[in-house]
Order: sequence, then structure tokens, then C-alpha cells
Amino acid sequence: MTSLINKSLVKSKAKNVFSSPWAALGAWIIAILWTIPTFGLLVTSIRPEKDINNSGWWTFFVNPNISFENYQQVLFEGSTTNPPLYQFFFNSLAVTLPAVIFPITLAVFAAYALAWFEFKGRDFIFFSIFALQVIPLQLTLIPLLQLFAKGLVIGDVTIIPDLNITGTYIPIWVAHTIFGLPMAIFLLHNFLRQIPRELIEAARVDGAGWFTLFSKIVLPLSVPAIASFAIFQFLWVWNDLLVGLTFGGGAKEVAPMTIRLAEMVGTRGSGWELLTAGAFVSIVVPLIVFFSLQRYFVRGLLAGSVKG
Amino acid sequence: MFTLALHAARKTPADIIAENFSLLALALLSFGAVIFLFFLLASRTSVKTQEWLKYLVFLVPSILLLVVGLIYPAIRTLILAFMDKEAETFVGFDNFIWAFTIPEITVVLANTAIWVVTAPILSTVIGLAIAYMTDRMKRPAAIKSLIFMPMAISFVGAGIIWKFVYNYQPNDNKPDIGLLSAIFKGFGLTPPNWLLEAPLNSFLLIVVMIWIQTGFAMVVLSAALKNIPDEVVEAAMLDGAAPWKRFYLVSVPMIRATIVVVLTTITIGTLKVFDIVRTMTGGNFQTNVIANEMYSQAFRQMNFGRGSALAIILFVAIVPIIIYNIRQLRLERTER
Amino acid sequence: MSTLRRRVVALGATAVAATLVMAGCASTETVTEETTATGSDACAAYEAYMGNEGTEVEIYTTIIDPEASLFIESFAEFEDCTGITINWNGTQEFEAQISVRVEGGTAPDIAIFPQPGLLAKFAGNGLVPANDATSASVDENYTADWKTYGTVDGVFYGSPLGANVKSFVWYSPKTFADKGWTIPTTWDELLALSDTVAAEGSVQPWCVGFGSGDATGWVGTDWMEDLMLRFQDAATYDQWVSGELPFNDPKVAEVLAEAGKILKNPAYVGDVASIATTTFQEGGAGLVDGSCAMHRQASFIGGILAADFGATIVSPEDTTTEGGITTFYFPGVSADNKPALGGGEFIGIFADRPEVHAVQHYLTTPEWNNKKAALGGWFSANLGLDTANVADPVNKVAVEILQNASTFRFDGSDVMPAEVGAGSFWKEMTAWVAENKSDKAVLDAIYASWPY
Repeated sequence: MTSLINKSLVKSKAKNVFSSPWAALGAWIIAILWTIPTFGLLVTSIRPEKDINNSGWWTFFVNPNISFENYQQVLFEGSTTNPPLYQFFFNSLAVTLPAVIFPITLAVFAAYALAWFEFKGRDFIFFSIFALQVIPLQLTLIPLLQLFAKGLVIGDVTIIPDLNITGTYIPIWVAHTIFGLPMAIFLLHNFLRQIPRELIEAARVDGAGWFTLFSKIVLPLSVPAIASFAIFQFLWVWNDLLVGLTFGGGAKEVAPMTIRLAEMVGTRGSGWELLTAGAFVSIVVPLIVFFSLQRYFVRGLLAGSVKG
Repeated sequence: MFTLALHAARKTPADIIAENFSLLALALLSFGAVIFLFFLLASRTSVKTQEWLKYLVFLVPSILLLVVGLIYPAIRTLILAFMDKEAETFVGFDNFIWAFTIPEITVVLANTAIWVVTAPILSTVIGLAIAYMTDRMKRPAAIKSLIFMPMAISFVGAGIIWKFVYNYQPNDNKPDIGLLSAIFKGFGLTPPNWLLEAPLNSFLLIVVMIWIQTGFAMVVLSAALKNIPDEVVEAAMLDGAAPWKRFYLVSVPMIRATIVVVLTTITIGTLKVFDIVRTMTGGNFQTNVIANEMYSQAFRQMNFGRGSALAIILFVAIVPIIIYNIRQLRLERTER
Repeated sequence: MSTLRRRVVALGATAVAATLVMAGCASTETVTEETTATGSDACAAYEAYMGNEGTEVEIYTTIIDPEASLFIESFAEFEDCTGITINWNGTQEFEAQISVRVEGGTAPDIAIFPQPGLLAKFAGNGLVPANDATSASVDENYTADWKTYGTVDGVFYGSPLGANVKSFVWYSPKTFADKGWTIPTTWDELLALSDTVAAEGSVQPWCVGFGSGDATGWVGTDWMEDLMLRFQDAATYDQWVSGELPFNDPKVAEVLAEAGKILKNPAYVGDVASIATTTFQEGGAGLVDGSCAMHRQASFIGGILAADFGATIVSPEDTTTEGGITTFYFPGVSADNKPALGGGEFIGIFADRPEVHAVQHYLTTPEWNNKKAALGGWFSANLGLDTANVADPVNKVAVEILQNASTFRFDGSDVMPAEVGAGSFWKEMTAWVAENKSDKAVLDAIYASWPY
């Protein structure tokens, strides 16, 4: 298996030659078009407040007037109600890491089961999970919150006791895990299904159990899929406001950065200058994640296995 | 120890960070340890035991979480959809009748349809184009990052970004802060009031959705393209297929399943999207969509009955997409 | 109480005391011992709230920084003396989240409701009635109608907190003086002045912005309410708000037509449709840069224009300050017809604990209201509020109006059923300007949505 991967890696490196300059040009044009609005945000974030309200951001280049006050204010100014932003930054990390790792682990398991175990009702379960994606998050908040706050009691039978975990990270992690699962299972199932049947069957014939099969073959092959989904789950959790707000119980000690940023906008919705800077502070981490995970999109992990 | 975190209101940031990270480490380590142990033990069991143990380990945890976290709330929503706004009395189909008789319902349905058709297709097409064009590029990271960036911006940020694009200045004596208006004036044209003119405004809102979702399509499709074996592409090249032909005769069919997945996912996301509409037009000027009306009924006007009924309507709207996906899956299985 | 908890509380109290440089009550060991030991003069005033040392109270609210910091500051002495820690928890998602938290079983101890209509939703659904001490304090310190806003089915829940007055027209005294315009005292004079300004041609008579995200249109409802109070009597206003007077009644139509004389007149407001896409903050900004002459908006817009657009709030006599803005009373039909429209926040409690009642009670006292007002940018309807503590000239006038107005009415859309007050009323007023929807169509649509 490993030799197969190495071989195709070497091969794909040699194959870089067929990139066309026209394709590159097209891609660059779209990329630049895509970035203009965000670039406007970046420029806005280093302009003084009065300029922002009184002239377009592009006039900055005619009349450059740089102020890093916005960043200064966003990053370092706490208040009597709020600790400085860096604490929220770490809160965000503490929220996000488990809220990415938990659902992906569980989803890879479930996707593997749904893709390769033969059992009755498999399609039913898969499409039920698929359909669950459409349930609006807002409508699930109340029942789930009740569960965390009071446990689950049906009649006189306590099914889930009151765990007294309100105000900790645990409800946030669990909630993100639940909300991330349907889509994760759906996407990963699609990737895992494409592993060639011959590969699985050959391993089974060699006497590999379902668990060995998973850890020795399926998991290594699904690295790009996991990496791409990890990026999205990371983004959703990192940029989430609603789940943190609802399941954090209002405790500042667990509140992610988005909650603090949303507060900075000001009571009546003014104060763009802070938001623009805040948006750029929060964008840095997702971009790092994207860069670091991108290298897992390697050609040829499934080399030699033509489907169909 | 857990309750302490809530009450210790004024500890120093360093203390809180340290405490939070201990909890984080503990959680991650115990999660890892449990999984590792399970695997270690399970892989040593007999083949026969594994036949049932595999369900317990791989499938049951997810199913349990989904039942508690999504299926139970879904059932609750279904019940609420037939109750009045205080969720006390059963009102039959009143909420659904209301939903289909509000005066603006035709606009809402038409807008939702326009969103669902245009946003997923355009995002996927552009995403696929980028993925394909950068597939053989030496350093695609820069381009991909730029396309991907909108996904990394929280929605609050995106709202402002587009405000600086669509802003309209009614007073001719004041400078524009909206990019589109400025460009129009630069060409000597009179800009329209972008977010006011229907149906232009709905399309401008859809542009925001496409701008965000293209990154998603690109990343997933790019990963899929990487899975096409070099041999296949080489064979097509040796056959003398032109690049364009190679694209739609070889690459597209090979990742068809992934394209369907991407389209489906973005479609579902589009059906649910309400914050773009909510923050940019508040559903005014004939830009309302079902999801925004749902949010507004449930959380602005505190009418959970109507909100739930609209959620059920959304749920029904994806049934055709589910059926299409079932067909695709069946088709694929028979192909294999 | 465990030693660990006690240490934490003491630590918190010290930190607050240190940051605010509060002498007198600062503790070094534990709050409990310190306060009883010193019993300093500053703390004597808090006798009524004693006996709750080491407790915590969460206040859940829409009020966030920078205003929130001033609230915290105003509580500091109370916290130090009583040993009650107040945890301020502000979020803009309050309106949606409060029902999620109440239903979900994690209701906050105290919630500050921006509208009494929202508070009423939770009466009999988690809200705890105010205790006798709070109730007596509200009787003593507020006019009777403020108590009725917080009363649902005869039970008093919500004590008033901050207030604002909406019946103001903002203008630049310098511009008015330079151009020789005089302050109108009747509606007809106001229209005549608008004509004069329009004829003069250098500035637009009015700036209006209805935009406010998903609450777009509330500025329009304020216009309607203010004019309703002027062209109809207060009794009719009450019937209109409660739904006894149908929304498409000719009396309401008359008022909308009057509002249209300004809001739908391009000579006064420029492009009518773009009122709907101009945010209410930007609407006021035209006053600061001199592009328009008048702007009808509540007292709070002054703070926004000062913070975001560089305005200076001056008194009407100050006719020299460039960029100085102030207000005149939004005139009635005749000069002696002077009703006032206002709004305010209300405190509801969800926990029947002594410390929670103590905080609610404390916030209704003149002592706290004066302390808070002295920190600036804020006022309330508390009768014990000394105008000397209100620095801002416009707010000072507002307090006088609150304390003396013969006819004061609460923002009607905040009291109407949410389907209308947070729904069709906003939406239809927006369509009225944006799509040039007719008066009749607007009123009929709102009437149809009213849950009679």
C-alpha cells in the first residue's frame, strides 16, 4: 500500500507539466474578482472611523490615511465587563478543537459503517441522516438546551440525569458535534464509497477484521476527505455565534471570540471600524488551517483504481 | 470543578486560559483513549463478535447523538407546527393555511425558487472551474486561498463587506461609499438603488451566497479531481482529446458523484440561509425567502407555531432532492 | 459556602474595587467580614439590601459596551457593600435568545427587556412578580403609567430602567440662526418652515432613514405614533395601540396622510424610496454634515451622531458651534398641544431569590438613578432623578418632559402584539416609502395581520 502511494506521488510530481497558461489566467481573474470585496474590508479596517463613513474605501489610495487604532482597540482594550480579546481567542480554540475532532471521528466511523456494512435499513438510516441536514439549527436549540439544563425525564424515569454542566464547554462541544454530524457523515460517506470494492474485498479475504480494515486501509485512504471536511467544520465552529451563545450559558469564561466581536459593534449597530478589524483578526486562524490542511490534497491516493 | 468555571467571574485571563486548556486536554485525551482502547480490544475479538460489535462501535454513537439532538427536536417541531403561538392549543392546519395565504407568499416562494436554482448551480460551476484550472498548477495555494477566503469570514464580517459594495447614496453631493455605485458613476451611468429594485436586489443577495459557497465547492471538487488517476487523463491525452473535451468527457463524469454531493449540500444550505437576507434587506423590498420568514416568525414575533410550520415546509421542499440522491446512489451501486 | 468559592468572590470584589479606585468598602480578606467590620458611611445606604453576601446575580440584556461599562461602574459600590456580585451579560441576540434560555431551563436571574411587549410574553411563563419593596419603590419614584407598562393582568413584574423621549426634531442651531429660520411651534408652521427651507434650496429640509437591519421600518412607526398623539387624543391613541380602534380606521388614515406630507414629499426628503435603504444612523448624519435641516428622532440618536459622525450636542442658545446639534419639540397641531412619546427598558426577574429582588429594588431607587445619570449619556423616568446630574442639554430637556408632560405615551409598536409591533407595522411602513404603497393598502395590510 505505502509503496503504491509513494509511486504515485513521484509520478504526479512529474506530471505537473500540463498546466495551461490560459487556465492560470482565468483562475487568477476569478480569484481577484472574488477578493475585491474582502480587500475593501482590509483597507477599511486600517482607516480612521471618520474616513470610513465619509468616503469610499478606494479613495484610500489617493489619500492614504492609515490608522491602526481599530486593531489596537479590538485586540487589547478590555473593559470592566470584558477581559481582553486574547482570552476569547483562546476560548475559541478550546471550543473549536474538540468540536472539530469529535464529530469528524464519529462521522468517519458512521460513514464507514454506512458505506461498507451490508445490513437492512442502511439506506433508510443514511437518507434520514441526510434529510436531517435541513432542520434549521434555531429550532433545535430549545429541546437540546433543556436536555443539558434539566436532563431527560420521561414520566418518572430519569433517562439522562441533570449533569450540571451548564456554563462549561461540554454542552458547546456536544452541540457542535451533533449539528456537524449529518453533513460530515453525508460528505465522508460519499468519499468512502469510492474506495474500490476490490481493495476492501482483498483485505477481507486476507482475514482482516472490520476494525483492522478501518484502521489499515479505509482511514489512510480517506485522509483528503477528512482534511477537507475538517476545514469546513473548523470554519463553522470558529465563526459560530449562535451555538456558543446558547450553550455557553452566557459565561464569559467559555464564550468564543465571535460573541465578543458581535458585542463590539456597539449597542445600536454602528462601529464598523471595529468590526472590520475584528473580522480580520478572526480570519487569520481559519486561513492557517486551510493552508496547513491543503497539503493533504495529494494526487493519487486512490491511484490505479478506476471506478466503474 | 465544572461549576467553578461559571462562577469564578473575575479571575485573571491567564488563570481562565490555563483552566480551560486543562479541561480541553482532559477531554481530548479521554476521547482519544476511549477510542484507542475500543479499537485495541475490538480488533482482537473473533470475527463473529466483530459482526455485531462493529455496529456498536461505528454506528451507534452517531445514531444516538442524532436521535437526541436532531430527531427529537424535529419531532417537536412537527408537533409545534400544529399548535398555536403559545404552543398550548392544537390548531390543525391553521399555520400551514396561514403560510400559504399571506399576501406576499407568491413573492416568498418565487424568491426561494430563484435562490435554490441559481446559487447552487453557479457556485458549483465556478468552484469546479477553479478546481479544474488549478488542478495541474504548480502553486495553486494562492488562488485557492483567495477563493476560499469568503468562507473563512464570519457572517457579521461578510455583511459589512457587501455593505461597502451595494451601498447607495441618494444625495448627489455626498461621496459614495458603495463600490458598485462608484463604478457606475465612473462610467457616467446613474446607479440604481441596488438593494431596493426588485428583482435586481434578490440577485445581488444571491451573489453574496455564491461568493461564500464557491470556496466550498472548490475545495471538495478539488479533492475529488485529485482522485482521478493520472493514467486516465494520460490516456485521454494520448487519444488526442482537446482540453475542453478532456474536461467534460473524462473529468466531469469521473467526479459526477461528488458534483451531485456538492450541489445537494449547497442547495440545502441555500434553503436554510436567512442571515444574508435578514441583515441586508430584512426581507423587505420583495426579497423575502421562506427561511427568513421562519426566523422572523419564531424569534421576532415569538410565534413558534408558524415558525415550525415554515420549517416543515422547508423540510418537504428537500424531499425531491433526497429522492434524486437515492436514485444516484442506487445507480452507482448497480454500476459497480 | 465553600472556602474556595469565598476566595473567588473576595478576589472579584477586590479587582473591581481596585480598578475603580473605590475607597471605603474595598475588602482585602473576605467581603463578609470586611463590610460588617467597617460599616462605613458609604455602605450605610445599602442597609436594605444586606444579608446576601457572596451571592451572584446575572443580568441579561441588549445593552453592551460602551454603555455596559457605565452600568457596571454604577453598581460597584452596591456590589462592594452588599457582597452581591452582578454579572453583566449583554448580547445583541437578546430578543431571540431570551425565549430560548427561558424555555431551555437556563433563564437568567434578571433580564432587561427593551420593550414591555416582550416582557409581557413571559408573564406566567417564568417571570417572577416584583416583591413588595420593589413595588412600593416604583409607586413612590415613578408616575403611575410607568408601573402599568410593567404590569400584566394585574400583577406587577417589570420595573422601569432607562428611558428615552422620541418627540424631538434635531437641528443645527447655527444653521437655523445663519439662515434666519425660527423654531416652529405648530404642525402647520413646521410644514411652512419645510417649504421655506426647500425654496431656499441650499439644504434639504428633512433627512430620514428607516433602515435598521431586520427591524427596518421602526423609524416610520415612531413617526406614526408621534403624529397619532397629535392629531388624535390620548384616548384614541390607547385604543389604537390596544386594537380597539381598527388599524384601517379613517382616524388612523388621517394621521398617515399627515405623515405623508413630509415623508412622501420629494421636495422635503429627496428620493423617497431610498429612505428605506438609508440606515437610521446615516439618516441623522445629514444633519452633521449640513446636507439637511431637520431630523425627527429620539433622544438617543445624539450619542450615536456624536460618537460616529463627530457631532457636538449643544444647547439651543448656542448658535456658533460648527457641527453643533440640538433639538426642538416635535410640534403638535396647536402650540399648547404638547404630548410626548417615549420608550424605555424594563427589568424582569426569573429567580425568586432575595439577592435578585434586592438588585431589582435597588435599580428603582433615586440613589442609583442619579448615580447612573451622573456617569453621562443616560436618563430615566425616575421622579427622584435630579436634572443637575444630567449633563447633556438634550437629555436634560427629555427628563423635564418625562417628569412634567401632561400626556406621555409609550412607544405604541413596543406594546402592540408582536405580529404587528415587530412585524407588519415595520414592514408596511417600509413598503409605504420604498414601493410607494398607498396609504389604504398599508393600513389594510396591517389590519389584516392584527390578531384581533
